[in-house]
Amino acid sequence: MDTLLWYVAGSLAALGTLFVLLAAVGILRMPDLFTRMHASSKAATLGAILVLSAVAVRSGDAAVIVRVVLICLFLFLTAPVAAHVIARAATRTGVPLSDETVLDELSEHRKIREE
Amino acid sequence: MNAFLANMLLAIAWAALLGRIDLGNLAFGFLLGYLTLAWVGSVPGSRAYVSRLPRAAGLLLFFLWELVLSTLRVALDVVTPHPMRRPGVVAIPLDARTDLEITLLSSLITLTPGSLSLDVSEDRRYLYVHAMFLDDPEEFRRGIKEGFERRVLELLR
Repeated sequence: MDTLLWYVAGSLAALGTLFVLLAAVGILRMPDLFTRMHASSKAATLGAILVLSAVAVRSGDAAVIVRVVLICLFLFLTAPVAAHVIARAATRTGVPLSDETVLDELSEHRKIREE
Repeated sequence: MNAFLANMLLAIAWAALLGRIDLGNLAFGFLLGYLTLAWVGSVPGSRAYVSRLPRAAGLLLFFLWELVLSTLRVALDVVTPHPMRRPGVVAIPLDARTDLEITLLSSLITLTPGSLSLDVSEDRRYLYVHAMFLDDPEEFRRGIKEGFERRVLELLR
């Protein structure tokens, strides 16, 4: 049982670290701010949560598990707000979209409203 | 919310009766309390609560599923040499009206990788969402409206 828990915790931690690494690579490889946000903000959150669950599984202590659940809850509450505020600030200050962008209804709507 | 409080109290009472307040006892007590509330059905507000809890759980499960699925998709796009991405900004007409509804919906959209809420139009009729894989804008719009928005509205109304 104890060995099994070790393996579960180890896999969770490895998977979590992998997601954080992918988020970092994503920041380098994506073409503009918005696609970078896709790669970084959520994958990093999921990575942190996986690493935390590894800690919870490994310790098995109720106090630790409750704390892990609370931290995950706070991450879920704060991460989208931060991502949203950055993205919103970017659209309002006119950060350009990459050439790969296929559709931009926000600018279309703004143009219609200005006319 | 009173019914939720009653449910918590029943869970604590159950754990206290067993003499050990730990996670397992509390969880089982919560389940027993929920079934009791569903069965008795006369606590103020319990009927709405009884039907609401499974919906909240459904939203949570649906959300976690979306989270895993789209994280893998974004992760795949990060590592492949020939990316499949087609980024774009879509306007989604909103049925959600109140601050709470719009906030919950946009937060859920932002939390799923591959979609990022940018802004709400001043008249609150549209939510602008940046999508990473926009193969078909209509399809994307429908996915959000029938997946997240329907569930959020069912939960809150």
